[in-house]
Amino acid sequence: MDTLAVRLDHPLRSFALHVELEVGRETLALVGPSGAGKSSVLRAIAGLLRPDAGRIALGPDVWLDTAPETGRRISLPPERRSVGLVFQEYALFPHLTVEANVGFGGRARVGELLERFHISELARARPGELSGGERQRVALARALARDPAVLLLDEPLSALDAHTKGTVRAELGELLRDLGLPTVLVTHDFEDAAALADRVGVIVDGQILQLGRSAELLAAPASGFVASFTGANLLPGSARPGRDGLTEIVLDHGVTAYSTAAGEGRVGLAVYPWEIALSREAPADSTLNHVTGAVTSLVSLGNRVRVRVGPLTAELTTGSVERLDLREGELVVASFKATATRLVPL
Amino acid sequence: MLAIFLRIPPGDLLDGMRSEAAIDAVLVTAKTSAIANLLILLVGTPAAYLIATRRFAGRALVITLIELPLVLPPAVAGIGLLAAFGRFGLLGDQLTALGLSIPFTQIAVVLAVTFVASPFYLRAAIAAFEAVDPNLPAAARTLGASPARTFFRVALPLAAGGLGAGWALSFARGIGEFGATIMFAGSLQGVTQTLSLAIYEQFDVRFELALAIGAELAVVSAAILLVVKLLPSWTRSPSGSTTLFAPSRST
Repeated sequence: MDTLAVRLDHPLRSFALHVELEVGRETLALVGPSGAGKSSVLRAIAGLLRPDAGRIALGPDVWLDTAPETGRRISLPPERRSVGLVFQEYALFPHLTVEANVGFGGRARVGELLERFHISELARARPGELSGGERQRVALARALARDPAVLLLDEPLSALDAHTKGTVRAELGELLRDLGLPTVLVTHDFEDAAALADRVGVIVDGQILQLGRSAELLAAPASGFVASFTGANLLPGSARPGRDGLTEIVLDHGVTAYSTAAGEGRVGLAVYPWEIALSREAPADSTLNHVTGAVTSLVSLGNRVRVRVGPLTAELTTGSVERLDLREGELVVASFKATATRLVPL
Repeated sequence: MLAIFLRIPPGDLLDGMRSEAAIDAVLVTAKTSAIANLLILLVGTPAAYLIATRRFAGRALVITLIELPLVLPPAVAGIGLLAAFGRFGLLGDQLTALGLSIPFTQIAVVLAVTFVASPFYLRAAIAAFEAVDPNLPAAARTLGASPARTFFRVALPLAAGGLGAGWALSFARGIGEFGATIMFAGSLQGVTQTLSLAIYEQFDVRFELALAIGAELAVVSAAILLVVKLLPSWTRSPSGSTTLFAPSRST
């Protein structure tokens, strides 16, 4: 199985894109805020953007090499690179039927693909008549019709409403596992990345800050940005060695917290919402850290509720919120264990 | 409009249309217009596509030059064409050396019509190609299409509505062309006398003949408008029906 190797240097509007990736038979997600250069990476791999410098190769096939040993710059046009690219808004041809869209790159497998993606009955429809989920399936079928060796997905779920997103995400995850192609997926949503990808790279201002399995990123975020991007609460403060081998952190808003992680000087204390417990009074249990604050918001997410308490966001089950009878404006105590905290440089 | 058709009995109108002067004018107009429009479409379409999709130094200047004939008085266009292609003009010596004399020939009519009419098509065509979502041609390329196939299968069909509207306007301007043609090509019956020139020639000689020719042009103009309104629906802008005046982002 061929590995996709990518090295890119390219100036963008306000920063330089610098990316090095090796993608085997896996799905790699690049996740970051909009404008971080994620889409540019995909466009460069597909041949739609010519980077200033770099090398892109799939196994022995070199697609781009700006400084090869032979001295002649190599840059294959998009049609000679074996990629399937699914665009952010799908970029279906509005003047062609579903069947003609899927068959644009290669007619041979159209029937099979229409069937596989359950769009046979839509064969004669035009993209304008389709729902978001149907469009996504047509775009995937079209990208696969050419039998690509590499699959690129640009924000595959962002054009969908919250209702269809869950189902489509599950279907897409299954498809990516079945295909077993080197796949690069770009998203601004860490949850989508964690659900779909084997490895996740957090990219900001054209640089990959951290690359690893999503569990690794959650367990040991390399920076404050990675921590807050993966969904952690990030509280700035000053750290110094404290009693019992713990680190004592004086948080900027006054409270002193303890962490089992090592750190000194300016740090960010990262704690994930699902590690935080809420109660009416400070509990007499093993938790070391207690922050008292007023509930400022309650947002329901199906069976969970995100509760904002002072500087923290806690995630509770709907049942717990009902049992505590939490309402906006009430004072509660947010507690978390020193072992649940990470310290990241700021 | 109605006055043209109601001023004289329909029989006289038909007689006028069957007169030699009218038939000659139709033939001259059809021939010169066909050649001029073919030139405009075949050269203008790829040129507009390149201008719309490429960024190059001097692009704004090129667009301004293309639009210049729109604001130029036809008489100035006529004298300009004479100054360029006339016997004592800028290119006169070279043309004489080749044994070519352009003024007062059908070539002159074609040049005059192309000069004044092409900006209408080019402007609309550039706007139409610019309005095509750049991700669509990009998608075609990643699906294995060459640049040429991408142009014919994706860009051209998607811009077709705008191109059709622009071409209709340019065609209408071309058959109505008067000022530049009469100065550069003259008004010789059967050679350079187009329908518009024939109306002018006949209106104080045989008024009913001028009316008959006017009626013919009116029918053609109405037909053009109808064609534009019947263009395929997907090529229309999302805001409504096709209009002759597509906004150009390039200005």
